[in-house]
Amino acid sequence: MMFETILFFAFSAVLVGAALGVVLARNPVYSALLLVVCFFNSAVIWLMLDAEFLGIVLVLVYVGAVMVLFLFVVMMLDVNLEELRKGLAGYWPIAAAVAGLMVFAILNVVITKRLGGIALHAAPPLPPGYSNTQALGEALFTRYAYPAQLAAVILLVASIAAIVLTLRHRTGVKPQNVGEQVRVSAKDRVRLVKMPSEKRP
Amino acid sequence: MWTWEPIRAWLSSLITSYWANPALTAVQILMVMIGVILVMAFYTLAERKIIGWMQSRRGPNRVNLFWVPGLGQPFADVVKLLFKEILVPGNANQLLFRVAPFLTMIPALAIWSVIPFAPEKAFANIDAGLLFILAMTSLGVYGVILAGWSANSKYAFLGAMRSAAQIVAYEIAMGFAMVGVLMAAGSLNIGRIIEAQHGGPLSWNWFWLFPLLIVYYISGVAETNRAPFDVAEGESEIVAGFHVDYSGMAFALFFIAEYVNMILISALTVIFFFGGWLSPFDGYLPASSLLAQPGFFWFGLKTLVPMFGFLWLRATFPRYRYDQIMRLGWKALIPVTLVWLFVEGVLIYCHVGPWKGHI
Repeated sequence: MMFETILFFAFSAVLVGAALGVVLARNPVYSALLLVVCFFNSAVIWLMLDAEFLGIVLVLVYVGAVMVLFLFVVMMLDVNLEELRKGLAGYWPIAAAVAGLMVFAILNVVITKRLGGIALHAAPPLPPGYSNTQALGEALFTRYAYPAQLAAVILLVASIAAIVLTLRHRTGVKPQNVGEQVRVSAKDRVRLVKMPSEKRP
Repeated sequence: MWTWEPIRAWLSSLITSYWANPALTAVQILMVMIGVILVMAFYTLAERKIIGWMQSRRGPNRVNLFWVPGLGQPFADVVKLLFKEILVPGNANQLLFRVAPFLTMIPALAIWSVIPFAPEKAFANIDAGLLFILAMTSLGVYGVILAGWSANSKYAFLGAMRSAAQIVAYEIAMGFAMVGVLMAAGSLNIGRIIEAQHGGPLSWNWFWLFPLLIVYYISGVAETNRAPFDVAEGESEIVAGFHVDYSGMAFALFFIAEYVNMILISALTVIFFFGGWLSPFDGYLPASSLLAQPGFFWFGLKTLVPMFGFLWLRATFPRYRYDQIMRLGWKALIPVTLVWLFVEGVLIYCHVGPWKGHI
Protein backbone atom coordinates (compact mmCIF):
# COMPACT_ATOMS: atom_id res chain seq x y z
CA MET A 1 0.00 0.00 0.00
CA MET A 2 2.81 2.32 0.98
CA PHE A 3 4.66 1.65 -2.26
CA GLU A 4 1.54 2.33 -4.31
CA THR A 5 0.97 5.64 -2.54
CA ILE A 6 4.52 6.72 -3.36
CA LEU A 7 4.01 5.68 -6.99
CA PHE A 8 0.72 7.55 -7.17
CA PHE A 9 2.27 10.77 -5.92
CA ALA A 10 5.27 10.38 -8.21
CA PHE A 11 3.13 9.91 -11.32
CA SER A 12 0.76 12.70 -10.25
CA ALA A 13 3.68 15.07 -9.75
CA VAL A 14 4.98 14.31 -13.25
CA LEU A 15 1.44 14.69 -14.61
CA VAL A 16 0.94 18.12 -13.06
CA GLY A 17 4.43 19.24 -14.07
CA ALA A 18 3.90 18.13 -17.67
CA ALA A 19 0.48 19.80 -17.77
CA LEU A 20 2.08 23.06 -16.68
CA GLY A 21 4.73 22.54 -19.32
CA VAL A 22 2.09 22.15 -22.04
CA VAL A 23 0.92 25.70 -21.34
CA LEU A 24 4.26 27.28 -20.56
CA ALA A 25 6.58 25.75 -23.17
CA ARG A 26 7.68 28.21 -25.84
CA ASN A 27 8.08 25.63 -28.57
CA PRO A 28 4.71 24.16 -29.73
CA VAL A 29 6.41 20.82 -30.48
CA TYR A 30 7.48 20.60 -26.84
CA SER A 31 3.92 21.43 -25.79
CA ALA A 32 2.55 18.56 -27.87
CA LEU A 33 5.17 16.15 -26.49
CA LEU A 34 4.45 17.18 -22.90
CA LEU A 35 0.77 16.53 -23.56
CA VAL A 36 1.80 13.01 -24.58
CA VAL A 37 3.58 12.70 -21.22
CA CYS A 38 0.35 13.87 -19.53
CA PHE A 39 -1.71 11.19 -21.26
CA PHE A 40 0.83 8.55 -20.37
CA ASN A 41 0.85 9.42 -16.69
CA SER A 42 -2.93 9.53 -16.44
CA ALA A 43 -3.00 6.12 -18.16
CA VAL A 44 -0.61 4.80 -15.53
CA ILE A 45 -2.80 6.18 -12.74
CA TRP A 46 -5.79 4.42 -14.29
CA LEU A 47 -3.77 1.22 -14.46
CA MET A 48 -3.04 1.54 -10.74
CA LEU A 49 -6.80 1.68 -10.13
CA ASP A 50 -7.13 -1.68 -12.00
CA ALA A 51 -8.79 0.05 -14.95
CA GLU A 52 -6.38 -1.53 -17.43
CA PHE A 53 -8.74 -1.31 -20.40
CA LEU A 54 -9.29 2.45 -20.03
CA GLY A 55 -5.60 3.06 -19.40
CA ILE A 56 -4.44 1.21 -22.50
CA VAL A 57 -7.18 2.69 -24.68
CA LEU A 58 -6.12 6.17 -23.57
CA VAL A 59 -2.60 5.45 -24.79
CA LEU A 60 -3.84 3.76 -27.96
CA VAL A 61 -6.30 6.46 -29.04
CA TYR A 62 -4.81 9.70 -27.76
CA VAL A 63 -1.08 8.99 -27.76
CA GLY A 64 -1.04 6.60 -30.71
CA ALA A 65 -3.38 8.41 -33.07
CA VAL A 66 -4.59 11.86 -32.02
CA MET A 67 -1.30 13.28 -30.78
CA VAL A 68 0.60 11.93 -33.80
CA LEU A 69 -1.68 13.97 -36.05
CA PHE A 70 -1.32 16.99 -33.75
CA LEU A 71 2.46 16.73 -33.88
CA PHE A 72 2.24 16.32 -37.63
CA VAL A 73 0.31 19.58 -38.00
CA VAL A 74 2.45 21.48 -35.49
CA MET A 75 5.63 20.47 -37.33
CA MET A 76 4.22 21.30 -40.75
CA LEU A 77 2.92 24.73 -39.79
CA ASP A 78 5.68 27.26 -39.49
CA VAL A 79 4.18 29.11 -36.55
CA ASN A 80 5.57 32.58 -35.96
CA LEU A 81 5.69 32.68 -32.19
CA GLU A 82 6.63 36.35 -31.82
CA GLU A 83 3.58 37.36 -33.84
CA LEU A 84 1.31 35.19 -31.71
CA ARG A 85 2.69 36.47 -28.42
CA LYS A 86 2.22 40.14 -29.18
CA GLY A 87 -1.24 40.77 -27.72
CA LEU A 88 -1.16 37.86 -25.31
CA ALA A 89 -0.56 39.83 -22.13
CA GLY A 90 -3.81 41.74 -22.51
CA TYR A 91 -5.91 38.61 -22.09
CA TRP A 92 -4.80 37.74 -18.57
CA PRO A 93 -7.95 38.95 -16.72
CA ILE A 94 -10.15 36.61 -18.79
CA ALA A 95 -7.66 33.74 -18.38
CA ALA A 96 -7.49 34.33 -14.63
CA ALA A 97 -11.31 34.36 -14.37
CA VAL A 98 -11.68 31.07 -16.28
CA ALA A 99 -8.86 29.40 -14.35
CA GLY A 100 -10.25 30.63 -11.02
CA LEU A 101 -13.69 29.26 -11.88
CA MET A 102 -12.24 25.84 -12.71
CA VAL A 103 -10.10 25.72 -9.57
CA PHE A 104 -13.16 26.67 -7.51
CA ALA A 105 -15.23 23.91 -9.14
CA ILE A 106 -12.61 21.25 -8.47
CA LEU A 107 -12.02 22.39 -4.89
CA ASN A 108 -15.77 22.34 -4.34
CA VAL A 109 -15.87 18.67 -5.33
CA VAL A 110 -12.71 17.53 -3.61
CA ILE A 111 -12.73 19.44 -0.33
CA THR A 112 -16.30 20.20 0.58
CA LYS A 113 -17.63 17.02 -1.09
CA ARG A 114 -20.92 18.79 -1.72
CA LEU A 115 -21.38 17.83 -5.37
CA GLY A 116 -22.32 14.14 -5.47
CA GLY A 117 -20.49 13.30 -2.25
CA ILE A 118 -17.29 11.85 -3.65
CA ALA A 119 -15.47 9.88 -0.97
CA LEU A 120 -11.76 10.48 -0.60
CA HIS A 121 -10.67 6.97 0.28
CA ALA A 122 -9.11 4.21 -1.79
CA ALA A 123 -11.18 2.45 -4.42
CA PRO A 124 -12.94 -0.66 -3.04
CA PRO A 125 -11.04 -3.91 -3.72
CA LEU A 126 -12.28 -5.83 -6.73
CA PRO A 127 -13.54 -9.41 -6.46
CA PRO A 128 -11.01 -12.03 -7.68
CA GLY A 129 -11.34 -12.93 -11.35
CA TYR A 130 -12.89 -9.57 -12.14
CA SER A 131 -11.98 -8.46 -15.66
CA ASN A 132 -12.26 -4.79 -16.37
CA THR A 133 -12.33 -5.41 -20.12
CA GLN A 134 -15.11 -7.97 -19.87
CA ALA A 135 -17.22 -5.81 -17.54
CA LEU A 136 -16.95 -2.83 -19.88
CA GLY A 137 -17.78 -4.98 -22.89
CA GLU A 138 -20.84 -6.43 -21.20
CA ALA A 139 -22.12 -3.00 -20.18
CA LEU A 140 -21.45 -1.55 -23.62
CA PHE A 141 -23.05 -4.33 -25.65
CA THR A 142 -26.08 -5.12 -23.48
CA ARG A 143 -27.27 -2.23 -21.37
CA TYR A 144 -25.86 0.62 -23.44
CA ALA A 145 -26.05 -1.02 -26.87
CA TYR A 146 -28.18 1.70 -28.45
CA PRO A 147 -26.27 4.70 -27.03
CA ALA A 148 -23.00 3.07 -28.18
CA GLN A 149 -24.35 2.60 -31.70
CA LEU A 150 -25.72 6.13 -31.72
CA ALA A 151 -22.30 7.47 -30.76
CA ALA A 152 -20.72 5.39 -33.51
CA VAL A 153 -23.13 6.79 -36.11
CA ILE A 154 -22.49 10.36 -34.96
CA LEU A 155 -18.73 9.80 -35.25
CA LEU A 156 -19.17 8.32 -38.72
CA VAL A 157 -21.26 11.31 -39.82
CA ALA A 158 -18.64 13.68 -38.40
CA SER A 159 -15.78 11.98 -40.22
CA ILE A 160 -17.71 11.93 -43.53
CA ALA A 161 -18.56 15.60 -43.01
CA ALA A 162 -14.90 16.45 -42.43
CA ILE A 163 -13.94 14.72 -45.66
CA VAL A 164 -16.72 16.39 -47.65
CA LEU A 165 -15.87 19.84 -46.26
CA THR A 166 -12.20 19.59 -47.18
CA LEU A 167 -12.70 17.89 -50.54
CA ARG A 168 -11.81 20.21 -53.41
CA HIS A 169 -12.13 19.42 -57.06
CA ARG A 170 -9.31 21.31 -58.68
CA THR A 171 -9.44 21.76 -62.41
CA GLY A 172 -6.42 21.84 -64.63
CA VAL A 173 -4.45 19.14 -62.82
CA LYS A 174 -3.54 15.83 -64.40
CA PRO A 175 -3.96 13.12 -61.78
CA GLN A 176 -2.87 9.57 -62.49
CA ASN A 177 -5.62 7.01 -62.73
CA VAL A 178 -4.04 4.22 -60.74
CA GLY A 179 -6.72 1.69 -61.64
CA GLU A 180 -5.98 2.21 -65.30
CA GLN A 181 -2.25 1.92 -64.64
CA VAL A 182 -2.70 -1.37 -62.82
CA ARG A 183 -4.92 -2.86 -65.51
CA VAL A 184 -2.45 -2.14 -68.30
CA SER A 185 -0.90 -5.17 -70.01
CA ALA A 186 2.20 -5.59 -72.13
CA LYS A 187 0.37 -5.73 -75.46
CA ASP A 188 -1.11 -2.23 -74.91
CA ARG A 189 2.33 -0.72 -74.52
CA VAL A 190 4.79 -2.71 -76.59
CA ARG A 191 4.45 -3.32 -80.32
CA LEU A 192 6.72 -5.93 -81.83
CA VAL A 193 7.51 -5.10 -85.44
CA LYS A 194 9.03 -7.57 -87.86
CA MET A 195 11.56 -5.87 -90.11
CA PRO A 196 13.74 -7.54 -92.69
CA SER A 197 17.35 -6.56 -92.39
CA GLU A 198 18.51 -4.14 -95.03
CA LYS A 199 21.40 -4.59 -97.39
CA ARG A 200 24.50 -2.60 -96.60
CA PRO A 201 24.71 0.13 -99.26
CA MET B 1 10.03 -29.59 -14.97
CA TRP B 2 12.02 -26.36 -15.03
CA THR B 3 11.07 -23.71 -12.46
CA TRP B 4 12.53 -20.43 -11.28
CA GLU B 5 12.54 -21.51 -7.62
CA PRO B 6 16.29 -22.33 -7.28
CA ILE B 7 17.23 -19.00 -8.84
CA ARG B 8 14.76 -17.17 -6.60
CA ALA B 9 16.25 -18.92 -3.57
CA TRP B 10 19.78 -18.05 -4.68
CA LEU B 11 18.79 -14.40 -5.22
CA SER B 12 17.14 -14.15 -1.80
CA SER B 13 20.25 -15.56 -0.16
CA LEU B 14 22.27 -12.95 -2.04
CA ILE B 15 20.00 -10.02 -1.15
CA THR B 16 17.02 -9.76 1.18
CA SER B 17 13.98 -11.84 0.26
CA TYR B 18 11.91 -8.64 -0.14
CA TRP B 19 13.91 -7.68 -3.23
CA ALA B 20 14.24 -11.23 -4.60
CA ASN B 21 11.09 -11.02 -6.72
CA PRO B 22 11.95 -7.72 -8.43
CA ALA B 23 15.50 -9.01 -8.95
CA LEU B 24 14.18 -12.21 -10.51
CA THR B 25 11.97 -10.19 -12.85
CA ALA B 26 14.96 -8.07 -13.80
CA VAL B 27 16.95 -11.22 -14.58
CA GLN B 28 14.11 -12.55 -16.74
CA ILE B 29 13.77 -9.23 -18.57
CA LEU B 30 17.51 -9.25 -19.27
CA MET B 31 17.33 -12.80 -20.57
CA VAL B 32 14.54 -11.96 -23.02
CA MET B 33 16.22 -8.74 -24.12
CA ILE B 34 19.57 -10.38 -24.72
CA GLY B 35 17.84 -13.23 -26.53
CA VAL B 36 15.92 -10.87 -28.77
CA ILE B 37 19.00 -8.77 -29.51
CA LEU B 38 21.04 -11.88 -30.34
CA VAL B 39 18.34 -13.16 -32.69
CA MET B 40 18.27 -9.70 -34.25
CA ALA B 41 22.05 -9.70 -34.72
CA PHE B 42 22.03 -13.00 -36.57
CA TYR B 43 18.89 -11.95 -38.45
CA THR B 44 20.88 -9.15 -40.09
CA LEU B 45 23.49 -11.71 -41.11
CA ALA B 46 20.81 -14.08 -42.38
CA GLU B 47 19.30 -11.23 -44.38
CA ARG B 48 22.56 -10.46 -46.15
CA LYS B 49 23.36 -14.13 -46.73
CA ILE B 50 19.90 -15.13 -47.97
CA ILE B 51 19.44 -12.13 -50.24
CA GLY B 52 22.96 -12.79 -51.48
CA TRP B 53 22.10 -16.36 -52.42
CA MET B 54 18.87 -15.23 -54.06
CA GLN B 55 20.90 -12.83 -56.20
CA SER B 56 23.73 -15.31 -56.93
CA ARG B 57 26.20 -13.62 -54.62
CA ARG B 58 28.00 -14.99 -51.59
CA GLY B 59 27.06 -12.41 -48.99
CA PRO B 60 29.40 -11.57 -46.08
CA ASN B 61 32.16 -14.19 -45.79
CA ARG B 62 35.19 -12.36 -44.36
CA VAL B 63 34.67 -12.43 -40.58
CA ASN B 64 35.06 -15.97 -39.28
CA LEU B 65 33.59 -17.27 -36.05
CA PHE B 66 34.07 -20.93 -35.07
CA TRP B 67 35.64 -21.39 -38.51
CA VAL B 68 32.35 -20.50 -40.21
CA PRO B 69 32.95 -17.74 -42.78
CA GLY B 70 30.73 -14.69 -42.18
CA LEU B 71 29.28 -15.82 -38.85
CA GLY B 72 31.13 -13.11 -36.95
CA GLN B 73 29.86 -10.30 -39.18
CA PRO B 74 27.19 -8.99 -36.73
CA PHE B 75 29.81 -8.59 -33.99
CA ALA B 76 32.20 -6.84 -36.35
CA ASP B 77 29.37 -4.45 -37.26
CA VAL B 78 28.61 -3.78 -33.59
CA VAL B 79 32.25 -2.98 -32.86
CA LYS B 80 32.46 -0.70 -35.88
CA LEU B 81 29.28 1.20 -34.90
CA LEU B 82 30.35 1.46 -31.25
CA PHE B 83 33.60 3.17 -32.14
CA LYS B 84 32.10 5.62 -34.60
CA GLU B 85 31.56 9.17 -33.44
CA ILE B 86 27.97 10.22 -32.92
CA LEU B 87 27.57 13.47 -34.81
CA VAL B 88 24.86 15.98 -33.92
CA PRO B 89 24.14 18.57 -36.62
CA GLY B 90 24.69 22.16 -35.47
CA ASN B 91 21.17 23.39 -36.19
CA ALA B 92 19.44 20.27 -34.91
CA ASN B 93 17.17 20.33 -31.89
CA GLN B 94 19.78 19.00 -29.46
CA LEU B 95 17.44 17.37 -26.93
CA LEU B 96 14.96 15.70 -29.29
CA PHE B 97 17.71 14.57 -31.64
CA ARG B 98 19.27 12.60 -28.80
CA VAL B 99 15.99 11.29 -27.37
CA ALA B 100 14.46 10.06 -30.66
CA PRO B 101 16.51 6.81 -31.01
CA PHE B 102 15.42 5.72 -27.54
CA LEU B 103 11.78 6.49 -28.32
CA THR B 104 11.99 4.04 -31.23
CA MET B 105 13.84 1.39 -29.26
CA ILE B 106 11.78 1.33 -26.04
CA PRO B 107 8.34 0.42 -27.51
CA ALA B 108 9.96 -2.21 -29.74
CA LEU B 109 11.33 -3.99 -26.67
CA ALA B 110 8.37 -3.27 -24.36
CA ILE B 111 5.93 -5.33 -26.43
CA TRP B 112 7.87 -8.51 -25.64
CA SER B 113 6.52 -8.30 -22.09
CA VAL B 114 3.12 -9.68 -23.14
CA ILE B 115 4.35 -12.28 -25.65
CA PRO B 116 3.87 -15.82 -24.30
CA PHE B 117 6.91 -17.86 -25.35
CA ALA B 118 5.47 -21.12 -24.04
CA PRO B 119 2.30 -22.07 -22.11
CA GLU B 120 2.04 -19.72 -19.08
CA LYS B 121 5.45 -18.19 -19.89
CA ALA B 122 4.85 -14.48 -20.32
CA PHE B 123 5.95 -11.60 -18.09
CA ALA B 124 2.57 -9.95 -17.95
CA ASN B 125 -0.46 -12.13 -18.57
CA ILE B 126 -2.81 -9.16 -18.84
CA ASP B 127 -6.41 -9.33 -19.99
CA ALA B 128 -6.07 -6.54 -22.53
CA GLY B 129 -2.86 -7.95 -24.05
CA LEU B 130 -3.95 -7.40 -27.65
CA LEU B 131 -4.75 -3.76 -26.92
CA PHE B 132 -1.37 -3.36 -25.22
CA ILE B 133 0.33 -4.60 -28.38
CA LEU B 134 -1.64 -2.17 -30.54
CA ALA B 135 -0.91 0.73 -28.19
CA MET B 136 2.82 -0.02 -28.04
CA THR B 137 3.24 -0.49 -31.79
CA SER B 138 1.57 2.87 -32.35
CA LEU B 139 4.17 4.51 -30.08
CA GLY B 140 7.05 3.60 -32.37
CA VAL B 141 6.03 6.36 -34.77
CA TYR B 142 7.10 9.07 -32.29
CA GLY B 143 10.76 8.18 -32.58
CA VAL B 144 10.53 8.36 -36.38
CA ILE B 145 8.71 11.71 -36.47
CA LEU B 146 10.97 13.32 -33.88
CA ALA B 147 14.14 12.01 -35.51
CA GLY B 148 13.05 13.46 -38.84
CA TRP B 149 11.94 16.78 -37.45
CA SER B 150 14.75 17.43 -34.98
CA ALA B 151 17.53 16.87 -37.53
CA ASN B 152 16.46 20.09 -39.27
CA SER B 153 17.05 18.63 -42.71
CA LYS B 154 14.71 18.43 -45.70
CA TYR B 155 15.42 14.80 -46.47
CA ALA B 156 14.97 13.63 -42.91
CA PHE B 157 11.72 15.60 -42.61
CA LEU B 158 10.34 14.16 -45.85
CA GLY B 159 11.21 10.67 -44.67
CA ALA B 160 9.54 11.23 -41.32
CA MET B 161 6.37 12.56 -42.97
CA ARG B 162 6.16 9.59 -45.33
CA SER B 163 6.80 7.12 -42.57
CA ALA B 164 4.29 8.67 -40.16
CA ALA B 165 1.49 8.77 -42.75
CA GLN B 166 2.25 5.20 -43.74
CA ILE B 167 2.30 3.86 -40.19
CA VAL B 168 -0.93 5.64 -39.24
CA ALA B 169 -2.66 4.35 -42.40
CA TYR B 170 -1.60 0.73 -42.04
CA GLU B 171 -2.32 0.61 -38.33
CA ILE B 172 -6.03 0.74 -39.11
CA ALA B 173 -5.90 -2.32 -41.37
CA MET B 174 -3.73 -4.07 -38.78
CA GLY B 175 -6.17 -3.25 -35.99
CA PHE B 176 -9.09 -4.60 -38.02
CA ALA B 177 -7.20 -7.84 -38.69
CA MET B 178 -6.66 -8.14 -34.93
CA VAL B 179 -10.40 -7.58 -34.38
CA GLY B 180 -10.99 -10.68 -36.51
CA VAL B 181 -8.56 -12.66 -34.33
CA LEU B 182 -10.19 -11.57 -31.10
CA MET B 183 -13.63 -12.41 -32.51
CA ALA B 184 -12.36 -15.92 -33.21
CA ALA B 185 -10.88 -16.30 -29.73
CA GLY B 186 -13.51 -14.41 -27.76
CA SER B 187 -10.78 -12.82 -25.66
CA LEU B 188 -8.16 -10.07 -25.69
CA ASN B 189 -5.77 -12.20 -23.64
CA ILE B 190 -2.88 -13.49 -25.79
CA GLY B 191 -2.66 -16.80 -23.96
CA ARG B 192 -6.34 -17.47 -24.52
CA ILE B 193 -6.08 -16.45 -28.18
CA ILE B 194 -3.52 -19.23 -28.64
CA GLU B 195 -5.44 -21.78 -26.58
CA ALA B 196 -8.58 -21.14 -28.65
CA GLN B 197 -6.69 -22.41 -31.72
CA HIS B 198 -5.83 -25.88 -30.33
CA GLY B 199 -6.57 -28.99 -32.39
CA GLY B 200 -4.07 -29.18 -35.26
CA PRO B 201 -3.10 -26.88 -38.13
CA LEU B 202 -6.59 -26.77 -39.66
CA SER B 203 -8.11 -25.19 -36.57
CA TRP B 204 -5.43 -22.52 -36.39
CA ASN B 205 -6.78 -19.15 -37.43
CA TRP B 206 -4.98 -18.98 -40.78
CA PHE B 207 -7.51 -21.28 -42.45
CA TRP B 208 -10.71 -19.45 -41.53
CA LEU B 209 -9.15 -15.99 -41.41
CA PHE B 210 -6.95 -16.28 -44.49
CA PRO B 211 -7.72 -12.78 -45.90
CA LEU B 212 -7.01 -11.28 -42.47
CA LEU B 213 -3.67 -13.14 -42.35
CA ILE B 214 -2.66 -11.63 -45.68
CA VAL B 215 -3.77 -8.16 -44.59
CA TYR B 216 -1.99 -8.49 -41.26
CA TYR B 217 1.28 -9.59 -42.80
CA ILE B 218 1.25 -6.88 -45.49
CA SER B 219 0.48 -4.17 -42.96
CA GLY B 220 3.18 -5.62 -40.72
CA VAL B 221 5.71 -5.20 -43.51
CA ALA B 222 4.47 -1.64 -44.09
CA GLU B 223 4.53 -0.81 -40.36
CA THR B 224 8.18 -1.79 -40.06
CA ASN B 225 9.05 0.33 -43.13
CA ARG B 226 10.53 -2.65 -44.92
CA ALA B 227 10.85 -3.24 -48.64
CA PRO B 228 8.70 -3.03 -50.78
CA PHE B 229 7.20 -0.29 -48.54
CA ASP B 230 10.48 1.35 -47.53
CA VAL B 231 9.78 4.78 -49.03
CA ALA B 232 10.62 6.28 -45.64
CA GLU B 233 14.22 5.34 -46.35
CA GLY B 234 14.07 5.61 -50.12
CA GLU B 235 17.82 5.70 -50.78
CA SER B 236 17.35 6.75 -54.37
CA GLU B 237 15.08 9.71 -53.55
CA ILE B 238 15.71 11.01 -50.05
CA VAL B 239 19.08 9.48 -49.18
CA ALA B 240 18.16 7.51 -46.06
CA GLY B 241 14.96 9.10 -44.83
CA PHE B 242 14.46 10.04 -41.21
CA HIS B 243 17.84 8.80 -39.98
CA VAL B 244 20.12 10.52 -42.55
CA ASP B 245 21.90 12.57 -39.93
CA TYR B 246 22.44 9.79 -37.38
CA SER B 247 25.75 8.00 -37.08
CA GLY B 248 27.35 5.35 -34.91
CA MET B 249 25.27 3.80 -32.13
CA ALA B 250 22.47 6.38 -32.55
CA PHE B 251 21.87 5.00 -36.02
CA ALA B 252 22.31 1.46 -34.71
CA LEU B 253 19.42 1.97 -32.29
CA PHE B 254 17.07 2.72 -35.23
CA PHE B 255 18.48 -0.27 -37.05
CA ILE B 256 18.03 -2.59 -34.07
CA ALA B 257 14.50 -1.31 -33.47
CA GLU B 258 13.57 -2.02 -37.09
CA TYR B 259 14.82 -5.61 -36.92
CA VAL B 260 13.32 -6.23 -33.48
CA ASN B 261 10.01 -5.01 -34.88
CA MET B 262 10.33 -7.42 -37.80
CA ILE B 263 10.90 -10.34 -35.42
CA LEU B 264 7.97 -9.09 -33.35
CA ILE B 265 5.60 -8.92 -36.33
CA SER B 266 6.66 -12.46 -37.25
CA ALA B 267 6.04 -13.68 -33.70
CA LEU B 268 2.64 -11.97 -33.63
CA THR B 269 1.68 -13.46 -37.00
CA VAL B 270 2.45 -16.89 -35.55
CA ILE B 271 0.54 -16.16 -32.34
CA PHE B 272 -2.55 -14.80 -34.07
CA PHE B 273 -2.78 -17.10 -37.08
CA PHE B 274 -0.53 -20.15 -36.60
CA GLY B 275 -1.28 -21.22 -33.06
CA GLY B 276 1.73 -19.73 -31.22
CA TRP B 277 3.36 -22.43 -29.08
CA LEU B 278 0.87 -25.15 -30.13
CA SER B 279 2.32 -28.20 -31.84
CA PRO B 280 1.36 -28.85 -35.48
CA PHE B 281 0.89 -32.55 -34.60
CA ASP B 282 -1.59 -31.65 -31.87
CA GLY B 283 -4.74 -33.73 -32.49
CA TYR B 284 -3.06 -36.07 -35.01
CA LEU B 285 -0.60 -37.83 -32.72
CA PRO B 286 -1.65 -39.10 -29.24
CA ALA B 287 -1.47 -36.30 -26.66
CA SER B 288 1.28 -38.13 -24.73
CA SER B 289 3.76 -38.25 -27.64
CA LEU B 290 6.75 -35.92 -27.55
CA LEU B 291 5.97 -34.17 -30.84
CA ALA B 292 2.47 -33.15 -29.77
CA GLN B 293 3.69 -31.19 -26.73
CA PRO B 294 3.23 -27.41 -26.96
CA GLY B 295 6.31 -25.37 -26.18
CA PHE B 296 8.86 -22.76 -27.10
CA PHE B 297 10.37 -25.07 -29.73
CA TRP B 298 7.31 -24.83 -31.97
CA PHE B 299 6.89 -21.10 -31.38
CA GLY B 300 10.50 -20.42 -32.39
CA LEU B 301 10.36 -22.74 -35.38
CA LYS B 302 7.14 -21.22 -36.72
CA THR B 303 8.39 -17.67 -36.18
CA LEU B 304 11.30 -18.32 -38.56
CA VAL B 305 8.89 -18.70 -41.51
CA PRO B 306 7.42 -15.16 -41.55
CA MET B 307 10.90 -13.85 -40.70
CA PHE B 308 12.17 -15.50 -43.88
CA GLY B 309 9.19 -13.98 -45.70
CA PHE B 310 10.42 -10.47 -44.85
CA LEU B 311 13.76 -11.18 -46.54
CA TRP B 312 12.15 -12.91 -49.50
CA LEU B 313 9.87 -9.93 -50.12
CA ARG B 314 12.82 -7.59 -49.99
CA ALA B 315 14.79 -9.61 -52.52
CA THR B 316 11.82 -10.00 -54.86
CA PHE B 317 9.76 -6.83 -55.15
CA PRO B 318 10.64 -3.37 -56.42
CA ARG B 319 9.70 -0.42 -54.22
CA TYR B 320 6.10 0.80 -54.29
CA ARG B 321 5.28 4.30 -55.44
CA TYR B 322 4.04 6.42 -52.53
CA ASP B 323 0.49 7.04 -53.80
CA GLN B 324 0.14 3.33 -54.50
CA ILE B 325 1.09 2.54 -50.90
CA MET B 326 -1.67 4.83 -49.68
CA ARG B 327 -4.10 3.38 -52.20
CA LEU B 328 -3.30 -0.17 -51.14
CA GLY B 329 -3.72 0.64 -47.47
CA TRP B 330 -6.94 2.61 -47.58
CA LYS B 331 -8.72 1.26 -50.64
CA ALA B 332 -7.68 -2.39 -50.71
CA LEU B 333 -6.70 -3.70 -47.28
CA ILE B 334 -9.31 -1.94 -45.12
CA PRO B 335 -12.31 -2.98 -47.31
CA VAL B 336 -11.01 -6.57 -47.38
CA THR B 337 -10.87 -6.69 -43.58
CA LEU B 338 -14.33 -5.13 -43.23
CA VAL B 339 -15.88 -7.67 -45.60
CA TRP B 340 -14.16 -10.59 -43.89
CA LEU B 341 -15.18 -9.39 -40.42
CA PHE B 342 -18.79 -9.50 -41.63
CA VAL B 343 -18.29 -12.98 -43.14
CA GLU B 344 -16.66 -14.14 -39.91
CA GLY B 345 -19.56 -12.80 -37.86
CA VAL B 346 -22.02 -14.74 -40.02
CA LEU B 347 -19.87 -17.90 -39.74
CA ILE B 348 -19.71 -17.65 -35.95
CA TYR B 349 -23.45 -16.97 -35.76
CA CYS B 350 -24.22 -20.05 -37.88
CA HIS B 351 -21.63 -22.23 -36.04
CA VAL B 352 -19.66 -22.97 -39.21
CA GLY B 353 -15.99 -23.66 -38.44
CA PRO B 354 -14.06 -24.35 -35.24
CA TRP B 355 -14.45 -21.08 -33.17
CA LYS B 356 -13.42 -22.76 -29.93
CA GLY B 357 -13.48 -19.50 -28.01
CA HIS B 358 -17.27 -19.56 -28.20
CA ILE B 359 -17.73 -23.15 -26.93
